[in-house]
Amino acid sequence: MPTVAPLDLEGHCIAAAFLDNIPFFALADGMVHWLDHGQKSLKLHDGLLSATATARNDLMISGGEDGKVMSLTSAGVAEEMASIGKKWVTSVASGPQGALAYASGRNAWVRFADGKTKEFAHPRSVEGIAFSPKGMRIGVARYNGATLHFPAADGTPTELQWDGAHTGITFSPDGAFLVTTMQENALHGWKLVDAKHMRMTGYPAKVKSLSWSAKGKWLASSGAPAAIVWPFSGKDGPMGKAPLELGTRGNTMVTSVACHPSEDIVAIGYEDGMVLAVRFADAKEVLLRRPGKGAITSMAWDKEERRIAFGSAAGDCGVIDITG
Amino acid sequence: MTEAQTQIPVTVLTGYLGSGKTTLLNRILSENHGKRYAVIVNEFGEIGIDNDLIVESDEEIYEMNNGCVCCTVRGDLIRVVEGLMRRPGRFDAIIVETTGLADPVPVAQTFFMDDDVRSKTKLDAVVALVDAKHLPLRLKDSREAEDQIAFADVVVLNKTDLVTADELRDVEAAIRAINPSAKIHRTTRAGVPLDQVLDRGAFDLKRVLADDPHFLDAHDHDHDHECGPDCGHDHHHHHDHGHDHAHHDHDHHEHGAVSPIHDVTVQSVSLRGGEMDSKKFFPWIEKITQMEGPNILRLKGIIAIKDDPDRYVIQGVHMIIEGDHQRAWKDDEKHESRLVFIGRELDAERLKRSFEACQAA
Repeated sequence: MPTVAPLDLEGHCIAAAFLDNIPFFALADGMVHWLDHGQKSLKLHDGLLSATATARNDLMISGGEDGKVMSLTSAGVAEEMASIGKKWVTSVASGPQGALAYASGRNAWVRFADGKTKEFAHPRSVEGIAFSPKGMRIGVARYNGATLHFPAADGTPTELQWDGAHTGITFSPDGAFLVTTMQENALHGWKLVDAKHMRMTGYPAKVKSLSWSAKGKWLASSGAPAAIVWPFSGKDGPMGKAPLELGTRGNTMVTSVACHPSEDIVAIGYEDGMVLAVRFADAKEVLLRRPGKGAITSMAWDKEERRIAFGSAAGDCGVIDITG
Repeated sequence: MTEAQTQIPVTVLTGYLGSGKTTLLNRILSENHGKRYAVIVNEFGEIGIDNDLIVESDEEIYEMNNGCVCCTVRGDLIRVVEGLMRRPGRFDAIIVETTGLADPVPVAQTFFMDDDVRSKTKLDAVVALVDAKHLPLRLKDSREAEDQIAFADVVVLNKTDLVTADELRDVEAAIRAINPSAKIHRTTRAGVPLDQVLDRGAFDLKRVLADDPHFLDAHDHDHDHECGPDCGHDHHHHHDHGHDHAHHDHDHHEHGAVSPIHDVTVQSVSLRGGEMDSKKFFPWIEKITQMEGPNILRLKGIIAIKDDPDRYVIQGVHMIIEGDHQRAWKDDEKHESRLVFIGRELDAERLKRSFEACQAA
């Protein structure tokens, strides 16, 4: 039986993450709370807009309404990584070799481990930013497509065109595919080797949460009454294939997805606060958390693949232990 | 239940540089009215007040990827409003200040077309600041000045001390010719009472045109209205993306009033009729907004439906139209249908003829 250790906080949770196996919760008011032999907290920003954990799960990177980019260690040590004045830092990403990226308005910046930064200006707003898992490369979601930059080298960026506003971006774990979320209720993808397009449509709502399964074989997404899980194991990704629809419910929407780190299982968070775990192979469902006060906004698995940290729009966060 | 919260009202302020927008904004932020405002501006610029809730954002117009050229939204507003609404306790209302040259349509459509924004906020009114002295020049050299007036619910005709009585009359007549349904306030130093620009409910079907007996009359009207107790109806939200935008040539226009200042390309078409046949009227208004949507900036109306005890109110922006039963007709009220279109290249004759054909036999 899974058990839930609730953590009732005030306000909208932007990101739940494990740093060195300690659960962290970053809230929109700028407070970060964590559970390390008791509840601890720190005011990281005056208004927090975006946060992400590094691939090694040793740091949280965040951007705020205060124009700052901060890093936070699992011991709760904060450090200012960048400050751009009064503008909002609307997205952040962490990359290889200690690099991080952040965006505000029409500009994106990459900050290398040695503290040097490189700025990339765009004709339209940078809506989302992500690092490729391989090489020093970033992808920027923008109006009418995506732009790829190689921050370590000078050179012209690669432009990928697709009409419409692209709002979020992710690379597949093998770096072969790039997928964006759109202002329309759709995903768009490119196979990077030949820029072949992939259209993933049919969602009743905007897609706000994406998660790659182990080895990138599947991409799970929110934006429907079920988790929509696209197959990416073939060489052309999901083209010509139907997605899985897991954890379908009649009266609410999926708002957050987080794939298990090694098995083909996805944790699904819903608008009413419920969390299910569903296995891809047979669509078998396990209830992890009953409905709560707010929509699930973020979830993360720990390294031991035993616990899930979850955050909600109403602040009723917590940690689920699936082994009970 | 998820975050039980009411929709936060949003006021859009338009107007050219020098029209008094910043003066009005500073008054809203500094006067003692007990309300807290978050303000979205294009540049921090001249707002002399230190307020954590002034957010700068770059105007970012996104065409929706559905082949419809008038389905545009402001991407920057979606992002900023979403961010603000994650910490809802900090303010009571939002003000969006646009640049002088900004198109008010994508701003307004954002609040109808984006589901997330729509669920958390509601457009309250579009307020246009107009410089009485320079408006004739602005109308000559730009389409935006006209669009801003055409699109406004409230026009603050400012700097009236800089013009003669004759000039003021002409300027006001020009505004009236472009937009017969807006409320006009003559001011100096943007000295309009704040309750005349804030919390207007101009897009609220329960309140829009509520008890305004002079709607579409050619003279000024200034009435306060309240939502009656019988306002518990559902909204019928029509959101049509038409895909064959027919364009026609027009030889004759019928203006509500003639502007004494030329160079006006926006026109209004005011229609009056008796009780409508619902089987004819609804398909007609859907078809008109689909076909003429790109040319229609705003439409507003009160419709009398045959055998319906309630007034039906309707309002629209381009192809987005909303309608709802509002309240029962009063005993002494004439069951009459009135509809105004504000736009460009409208075929007044055809609109009139087809509108009248929807009347119940």
